[in-house]
Amino acid sequence: MKNRTAFLGVFSALAIILGYVESMIPFFSGIPGMKLGLANMAVIAVLYLYGPADALFVSLVRILVVGMMFGNMVSILYSLTGAVLSLSVMIWLKGKGWFSIRGVSIAGGVFHNIGQLFIAAVTVNTFQIFYYMPLLILSGTLTGILIGILGGEITRRMKGILLT
Amino acid sequence: MKRNDLILLVILLAAGLGWLFAARTLVSYKGDEAVITVDGKEYGRYPLSEDRVIEIGDSNEAEIASGTIRMTKADCPNGLCLKQSPISRSGESIVCVPNKVIITISASENAAVDTMAE
Repeated sequence: MKNRTAFLGVFSALAIILGYVESMIPFFSGIPGMKLGLANMAVIAVLYLYGPADALFVSLVRILVVGMMFGNMVSILYSLTGAVLSLSVMIWLKGKGWFSIRGVSIAGGVFHNIGQLFIAAVTVNTFQIFYYMPLLILSGTLTGILIGILGGEITRRMKGILLT
Repeated sequence: MKRNDLILLVILLAAGLGWLFAARTLVSYKGDEAVITVDGKEYGRYPLSEDRVIEIGDSNEAEIASGTIRMTKADCPNGLCLKQSPISRSGESIVCVPNKVIITISASENAAVDTMAE
């Protein structure tokens, strides 16, 4: 595919900006792990346009850059846990072919939240917060389908552009 | 493939709502004391019936008022714990992840009679 490096750069930048935009939207419930995951729109588009390795690359770049700009080593570690778990599940499901990008994104959203909850529980040294698991499953499902729809639109429109 | 997506969506929503409902009705009770744990070790237990301000180390502060407890001060970077609404039921928790502070609700021995009468 032509200009792959350039386009991956654009998608990475997009993921970073989406991460920043998300931090400005007051989506707070206080439950550790609940987030919109807007940046995943770019990651899942890259997954479907280029493949698993490139999707992982964009995801890691986004986490590292946003972490270095606004966070710290600890926040990077937290983000990585949810993102790696979520992306692994999405790559596996995409390979299985049972779902379209929307189903894959739903699973991604749910597992991203589960990963975040898990790392929070390990850090604070308690499993009490698993009480919030159902809420995280629900929010992960809803944000997942939203991101799946948006990511799907990006994929659909970019496919033609990238192949020329 | 679109049909599988829908099935997944419905299953997850049903499971999530079901779990939520089950947890709240079966497991959750209105507790009468707040338990504060720092880094896995119990820091203190405080009855919810008495309004009080609790200093947790030098990084956090919680307040009990109107039978609930909430986090009122925290020096953590994102302050998510401050945005959580006050809690009063077992199972609920307020967590400050960077400072490893967790506030939960439990029932002291005296509560047994009260909760049965509830």
